[in-house]
Amino acid sequence: MSMVDGPTPLPEAAAEQAAEDREAKSTGPGTSVTPEKRGGRGIFGSLGERWNALPRQQQWAFLIVVVVLAYMLPLINPPIITTEPGNNFALACFDMARFALIAVGLNVVVGYAGLLDLGYVAFFAVGSYCAAMLTSPDSPFLHIPYLWTIPVAMAVTMFFGVVLGVPTLRLRGDYLAIVTLGFGEIVRILATIIPAMKGQVGFQNVGHPPGTEADGTPIFSNSNGVPWYWLTLTIIIVITLLVGNLERSRVGRAWIAIREDEDAAEIMGVPTFKYKVWAFAIGAAIGGMSGALFAGQVGFVNNQKFDVTTSILFLAAVVLGGAGNKVGAIVGGALVSYIPLRFTAIAEYKYLIFGIALVLIMIFRSQGLLPARQRLLAYGRTAYNKVAKKESSAIPGGEVPPAGRSGLGKGNGKGVQA
Amino acid sequence: MLPLLVPLPPMENDWISFDVPSLMQNFWSATFDGLTFGAIYALVALGYTLVYGVLNLINFAHSEVFIVGCYAVVFTLTSLGFGPSVPRLGLTAIILNLVLALVLAMAASAATAFLLERVAYKPLRKRNAPRLVFLITAIGASFTIQYIIYLVRGPSPEVAITMFRPLAIFDVFGTIIDSQQVVIVIAAIIMMVATERFISKSRTGRGIRAVAQDPDTATLMGVNKERIIITTFVIGGVLAGAAALFYVMKIPSGVQYSGGFVLGIKAFAAAVLGGIGNVRGALLGGLLLGLIGNYGQILLGNSQWTDVVAFVVLVLVLLLRPQGILGTSLGRSKA
Repeated sequence: MSMVDGPTPLPEAAAEQAAEDREAKSTGPGTSVTPEKRGGRGIFGSLGERWNALPRQQQWAFLIVVVVLAYMLPLINPPIITTEPGNNFALACFDMARFALIAVGLNVVVGYAGLLDLGYVAFFAVGSYCAAMLTSPDSPFLHIPYLWTIPVAMAVTMFFGVVLGVPTLRLRGDYLAIVTLGFGEIVRILATIIPAMKGQVGFQNVGHPPGTEADGTPIFSNSNGVPWYWLTLTIIIVITLLVGNLERSRVGRAWIAIREDEDAAEIMGVPTFKYKVWAFAIGAAIGGMSGALFAGQVGFVNNQKFDVTTSILFLAAVVLGGAGNKVGAIVGGALVSYIPLRFTAIAEYKYLIFGIALVLIMIFRSQGLLPARQRLLAYGRTAYNKVAKKESSAIPGGEVPPAGRSGLGKGNGKGVQA
Repeated sequence: MLPLLVPLPPMENDWISFDVPSLMQNFWSATFDGLTFGAIYALVALGYTLVYGVLNLINFAHSEVFIVGCYAVVFTLTSLGFGPSVPRLGLTAIILNLVLALVLAMAASAATAFLLERVAYKPLRKRNAPRLVFLITAIGASFTIQYIIYLVRGPSPEVAITMFRPLAIFDVFGTIIDSQQVVIVIAAIIMMVATERFISKSRTGRGIRAVAQDPDTATLMGVNKERIIITTFVIGGVLAGAAALFYVMKIPSGVQYSGGFVLGIKAFAAAVLGGIGNVRGALLGGLLLGLIGNYGQILLGNSQWTDVVAFVVLVLVLLLRPQGILGTSLGRSKA
């Protein structure tokens, strides 16, 4: 599957390429030895560049420190970072982790596959209701242990994702946007008007994971955010690793091909519809999982928590962090949750602020804080440059080597200058 | 995984029930009411359709263009002395006041649409941004306008306004059609026909169709694309302003910061049902959706089912006939 004779770069991409070339020149030839170096894009771009230039071991060491710090966060409760009085910091940490998980899920849909899902809160709601209806004593359904509800919630939301995705994903992306927007509202209305879902009364005493302290109180209580935060953080790490692997697989390449140019992807033989449904369903499942976690932590689910505005906050999280970058999604999700909790003075205006932020980011920095790492056109150029170099040094052409050191995942951004 | 294999206990049976006798009994009143709602949907749907036809963009913020018009109507009429009770004015005075409100609502909505195009979309178009960027900007702009209204006017709906006492005009199959329904449907149809004529006959309309067919060629042929785009947005805004007046007439207590949202989705569903990008399709889709929604609401016994029914219609149309009933081309509409 070589991409050497990729499509002619679009004018826009060509302009970008030119810009990257200029930047590459300005950084000098000494820095362009690593193939996975990408063109610098402001502060964050050059950070990413420096990060990629680090040896593997240092990257891992740094990551371990970050993860340990993240786990310690609610225990340290750092003075400046901590939330203002009235917002329990451990619970705030859980909320940030919840938003980060949601953003990771939504990033699969919006960031990788380029499908705009404006009703993500609906999947979140379906997951919450799954957990609540299968564990709460208020529900007439059969009851199962809380931890089992997480896979059940994922399966059910995935099913909804497929049901919603199949009619809309055959069409252009715009239809998906409006259908999901409608779906977000419909789930809330159905929760209100279907008696079995108990409307505003809701479900009390949603289950939680097993385990009790020495004095008999449950470890996962509604008021203590720390164990919930740790659980969610662990899930985020696992999901991020899984999603990262997907991103570097055939599926991920297909998604990015679809995002960059759906028609071209289709012509090159990518079964776009299948992969779009996959992206949508996987995103839905992650949303459902975070919904189940949320239901467990809060312990109460009713129809008041799932309005469409929350969906737009989720979208703002992904866009702010950088659509297509999983680390960016985590950062964006945490920020969107954290800012109103830290600065309670502006909490009232959060919807306005994030609405304006969406427009401004799109107009001035559409790649977000941390730009997407893997870009197919860029990859195509890398491969092309490699081949061009080989031919010029008179080596007879054979199989095209994969770009970068370890295949596609690394082969982003600028190639070696021939 | 054993617990999953155990069959779930049967659902309580009352979550959905079909009340057919009630529908039979209220069939004609539901029809006339549905047509009234449908006319309002159709006017809003035109805004989606026109912009979609020209730019291939779903203007998510169109629902906010509409709701700004609603606020303009409410403010105008309140300052003219209208209130919850029936106004004590002569017929001519009422008509003059309503026309004033209509004009101001059109102006407010058109101005919102104009600003929106200039501030949010034009910079993106200049940069030739990808579609996803347009859509996210659109939803962000919609969100922003909604919360500006929220901050200024708060979460509660505006005071209801009665414009005139609905008079019974006709009696069809034992059902009374009142003046309000007649005014709304006739005025809406007049506006739709005028829009249709404008697009198919006038010079600007020809420009709109040319840009819808092929923007680059149209530019080469001397059409000012930017001006056409802005005109399209403004026409959509004017029609949304008209819809706003009728909406306040029909649902006086419905003016709320988030009120445009659901109506926007329904109007979009109407546009898709008739064939998005097609002016006549918007009218047909709007009226049909109004009827379907009203029948569904009576059949299922709760007014909130209207929204669910509209949504299900949207999904079904996309599944079965994504190009809509009348097909999707604005450019190919008859000259």
